Amino acid sequence: MAYTAADLRKGLKIELEGIPYEVTDFEFVKPGKGQAMYKCRIKNMLVGSTMDKTFRAVDKIDQPNIESKTMAFSYKEGDKYVFMDNKTYEQVELHEGVLGDQRFFLLEDLECEVLFFNHRAMSVTLPSFVIKEIKETEPGARGNTATNVLKPAKIDTGYEIGVPIFINQGDFIRIDTRTGKYVERVKQG
Amino acid sequence: MRPPPADSDALRAQRRVLELRAKLNDAIRRFFRERGFLEVDTPVVLPANAPETNIDAVPAGACWFRTSPELAMKRLLASGCDKIFQLGPVARAGEHGRWHHPEFTLLEWYRADAGYLEILADAKALLAFVAKEIRGATDFTWQGKPVSFAQELWDKFTVSQAFIQHAGWDPAQKFDPDRFDLDLVTRVEPALPADHPVVLIDYPAPLAALARRKPDDPARAERWELYLGGVELANAYSELTDPAEQRARFIEANAAREKRGEKPYPLDETFLAALAQMPPSGGIALGVDRLLMILADADSLDGVLPFRNG
Repeated sequence: MAYTAADLRKGLKIELEGIPYEVTDFEFVKPGKGQAMYKCRIKNMLVGSTMDKTFRAVDKIDQPNIESKTMAFSYKEGDKYVFMDNKTYEQVELHEGVLGDQRFFLLEDLECEVLFFNHRAMSVTLPSFVIKEIKETEPGARGNTATNVLKPAKIDTGYEIGVPIFINQGDFIRIDTRTGKYVERVKQG
Repeated sequence: MRPPPADSDALRAQRRVLELRAKLNDAIRRFFRERGFLEVDTPVVLPANAPETNIDAVPAGACWFRTSPELAMKRLLASGCDKIFQLGPVARAGEHGRWHHPEFTLLEWYRADAGYLEILADAKALLAFVAKEIRGATDFTWQGKPVSFAQELWDKFTVSQAFIQHAGWDPAQKFDPDRFDLDLVTRVEPALPADHPVVLIDYPAPLAALARRKPDDPARAERWELYLGGVELANAYSELTDPAEQRARFIEANAAREKRGEKPYPLDETFLAALAQMPPSGGIALGVDRLLMILADADSLDGVLPFRNG
């Protein structure tokens, strides 16, 4: 399967010289008497780097073989993170560099979407929100319910996060995995 | 049926743009009237446009909407009109983006017994005039950056100079249409000065379209394009007046269209017959929406087309 340049849009996944890319920006250009072209910014889905690429309207663009599978985080071994398909017990490993900050928000058995390129695990998307326990922070100021003043705190994975003054060690908080930011305190158990 | 209220709110918010466009149209008309130009209105639906390799017309019944008023205005030159201008809508299929809209407003003007350099002098004076009328001065800001329409600041580079400097080859020596288009948008246009008008002049002969070749250098055509901040604003020619060469170029453009998988267009025989009577002339097409976008401090055509669909 191939796309034509007219299919280009933000978010489209394409393949160039064996590497999967995601289109992050595109602009229609057409000089005076010239042909229509699409100036794109594309992101290498394997290493995260971006580059500019201009396609002509007549260009055919390969469609990458990308599949997505729901898998649960199982365990960490060195700089490898292991995910498992709970039905087939198939396991895949992802390097911490691919996970980036997302690795700090993993919980055992957390269900994630693992993306495969040509049947090889390429990246993982966590649920938008996870709940984590505060392991370390200055004691909270009782009654100070302001949410705009933040103090540093640490979660089990060592990730440092800004939380409101009233949060205590042992409290559970909701974190937005896309931004890595505190959302709210949650009552647990 | 009453339109949904959201539409009225959206249009009400465009009041400033409506007023700016009216002011710009008025300034353009005064500029040309003061210089003795006759404003003309030519048909919008045509039995034939000028066939161009990369310009697709929008069908209108058995005819097409005009992609430009050029052919009709040249018939007027052939009939004896010597200075004419027109401000009106044109349509080009499939052109949609930050700086494109399938329906847009073109300003075209022509001078008999003149060439592309006389048109360049007009363009310099026009831009300085409209900037003063709309922004109060030739120098103003566009999207936070200073720009100047002052006449003495215009730059002029030959296409060969610009390509040799920024893309490392001379398209007038050995022409490659694909490489030309790609290098133009990825290497040359981004390297042009952005804070004042820049003219690329003397195009390789294969890109002459409706321009005449330079009498002393037939590998190049008397055509220039105007840029501001990476946006192409106008395209000007010393007009081709040789009916045989014009017919050959139309046939060539149609052949290139068929190669692209597009339909060829019929030739306008009335125009080709009139061309033999046309005096040597200079002419230009200027994108009014893009000019308004810059003067209105908008970053895309969205900001100046209240009825833009999609």
